[in-house]
Amino acid sequence: MIKLVHEPIDSQAVLDSVASHDAGAVVLFLGTTRAVTHGRRTASLDYECYPEMAEKKLAELEAQARDRWPLVGCAIVHRLGHLELGEASIAIAVSSPHRAVAFEAGQWLIDTIKEVVPIWKRENWADGTTEWVHPGLASGEND
Amino acid sequence: MILRVKLFAVAKERAGRESVEVEIGDGGTVRELRAALATQHPPLADLIERVRLAVNNEYARDELVLAPGAEVAVIPPVSGG
Repeated sequence: MIKLVHEPIDSQAVLDSVASHDAGAVVLFLGTTRAVTHGRRTASLDYECYPEMAEKKLAELEAQARDRWPLVGCAIVHRLGHLELGEASIAIAVSSPHRAVAFEAGQWLIDTIKEVVPIWKRENWADGTTEWVHPGLASGEND
Repeated sequence: MILRVKLFAVAKERAGRESVEVEIGDGGTVRELRAALATQHPPLADLIERVRLAVNNEYARDELVLAPGAEVAVIPPVSGG
């Protein structure tokens, strides 16, 4: 299941979507809005995406994960728009017969999403300035 | 041919708009599109060599030949998750 949403993520619904009697393990990853990055205080975040390509890339990653590991369920939900501190920007849930696979697949999915899916976050710093985050691009703060 | 190029995040901020039009020769490649973006849209010039470009929702190599009507987008380094 792949979803881009503008409302708060219902993590229980994400978990329910991968529940199965074939699974012995469910791993849920939540990415949440952090208060301090490299010593700077964050007030809030905004996320934007290239919708058609982001959905396509997320679906490809789900398919690749299912090829690589024996997953039962796989769900990725990314939130867009304005997020306050502590709110979840992404939820990834995977279920599998045994736990090692679920941990491994979940880690691979979040690491790979951060490299290839066209979604961007903007830091709204507590000092009133804003900054798009572009890892590796000289002027930006990296994460 | 004229192609419309979608912009996101810092590219959109620099250009002050969500997309720009770029003129390149028929049979032009992604490499030629980069050069044309830099000259026709100076606010994007210093950015354009350091970003990926997507064509029809797929990351594109610089050798790719662009067809009229291709959907092109500037993809600065991503930061989702």
